[in-house]
Amino acid sequence: MSTLLVGLYVLVLATLVGNEVISKVPPTLHTPLMSGANAISGISIVGALVVTAQAESSLVEWLGIVAIAMATINVVGGFMVTDRMLQMFKKR
Amino acid sequence: MNLTVWVELTYLVSAVLFVVGLKRMQSPATARNGNALAASAMLLAIIATLVDIDVLGWTDILIGVTAGAVIGSLSARLVQMTAMPQMVGIFNGSGGGASAVVAGAEFVRINQAAAESLDLFGGVTIGISMLIGAVTLSGSLVAFAKLQGLMTGNPVVFPLQKVVSALIFLAILVCGVLVAVGGGVAGLSPLATFVLFSALALALGVLLVIPIGGADMPVVISLLNSYSGVAASAAGFVVGNMVLILSGALVGAAGLILTMIMCRAMNRSLGNVIFGAFGGDQGAAALATGEKKTARSVDAEQAALLLAYAQNVIIVPGYGLAVAQAQHELRKAMDLLEERGVNVRYAIHPVAGRMPGHMNVLLAEADVSYDKLFDLDEINDDFSRTDVVVVVGANDVVNPEARNPQSIIAGMPILDVDMARNVIVVKRSLSPGFAGIDNPLFYLDNSMMFFADARQAMTDLVKEIREA
Repeated sequence: MSTLLVGLYVLVLATLVGNEVISKVPPTLHTPLMSGANAISGISIVGALVVTAQAESSLVEWLGIVAIAMATINVVGGFMVTDRMLQMFKKR
Repeated sequence: MNLTVWVELTYLVSAVLFVVGLKRMQSPATARNGNALAASAMLLAIIATLVDIDVLGWTDILIGVTAGAVIGSLSARLVQMTAMPQMVGIFNGSGGGASAVVAGAEFVRINQAAAESLDLFGGVTIGISMLIGAVTLSGSLVAFAKLQGLMTGNPVVFPLQKVVSALIFLAILVCGVLVAVGGGVAGLSPLATFVLFSALALALGVLLVIPIGGADMPVVISLLNSYSGVAASAAGFVVGNMVLILSGALVGAAGLILTMIMCRAMNRSLGNVIFGAFGGDQGAAALATGEKKTARSVDAEQAALLLAYAQNVIIVPGYGLAVAQAQHELRKAMDLLEERGVNVRYAIHPVAGRMPGHMNVLLAEADVSYDKLFDLDEINDDFSRTDVVVVVGANDVVNPEARNPQSIIAGMPILDVDMARNVIVVKRSLSPGFAGIDNPLFYLDNSMMFFADARQAMTDLVKEIREA
């Protein structure tokens, strides 16, 4: 199978799994869910690393650095702020 | 096995951990662990990538990662819980922007490489990734500015706005198709056309969000969250990486589900939220009509007595509570009631805060136990068996007008607080809420108004309950 087809399989199946898993998250956790999921979308850091490592011109190199920085803000900030929220959820 | 296979298998482990991490978000008891799992999955994916690629310049990567980590961790540490929607918004924009820049860098690389040229598949995936990523970035920045008060929270509309947006979208499509087949528009080089394409995509993001009012931002933030996932997926197709496609799809699904939940809670379609420019002054006319009605008012002492001798109390908090920073005083007052054996619960409307679940976070911050927080469906039938309901900083979500088919909020799911034996509404005046319509709840026989600033009211309640 071509990369495109495999990619489409992954895309469709992952959307279904995401739908199943996420629709069961209770409303009380919707904000941490959103910021946690948001942190996961920072996975584009992987793409940013690949592009930067392959850079042969300084323009691509600079774009790569910007992409890495933006994705890292998303990843580090997202997971940390989610953790900060979740540690406040306590049962007394 | 060669290295690439190991790397791919590591990505698979990451993907599984992402799913398990999200699944653990299904309960407050396991959610923190789930978030940690997802974070380690991310670290694993990053390490696998670094092992896989021949890194030419570690400096580049270190600069990018350090800058991002410093900015991200400082923001995450310093942000106020009330400002969480704009924080999530800006993180979103950052992620979407990263996907867009990855697509841009890939385009430039292929454009500069002598041995390579862009095929149709590459052109389409790069175009989609850039388009969605750029819309996410500029749209999130506008949402941030609105929520942070850097610009007006009211809908910004101008004549022919939808026509302009549609024309821009059309121009994006034309540029996109030309770029994908390796051409340029009006004598421009493919690179210049691509830059034009990106700029138009950024403009589209701005145009899509400025007409949306501040109170509809929960929907916008959720939708942009979904977009940032789709952008990551598209970037996955660009660089041919399955873990990107998979994680992006998970996030896309999450954002979409939350968007639909928010729309349902406001009884509006997604199209209406995005194109409706709701929340202006169209409700003002409704205010002028209607005869003069009288509302009963109570003071802190009377309210405290009513509460102290009740069996069942439900608190209905709204965003006004958080604006007044009254959630800590509220919790103190409720602690006192619980010591007296009163059963206290909290009823939380899905749009009570500025993003899905926002009110729950604000109450958790004030040390309210999460098993006392109930959503609309769980608690709505219990109001008729409740002695006292206290509405603090909420208005439209408890407006019985929603049951009147003629009302502009007709059909919006509301908390049926008017069914309770007594309703105390803590509010500074009888002024209408965001929808701009009068609230008949205030004039019911079982309602009483506690006219005060929410924080002062709660402080006074604490004092009076102690003496009751």
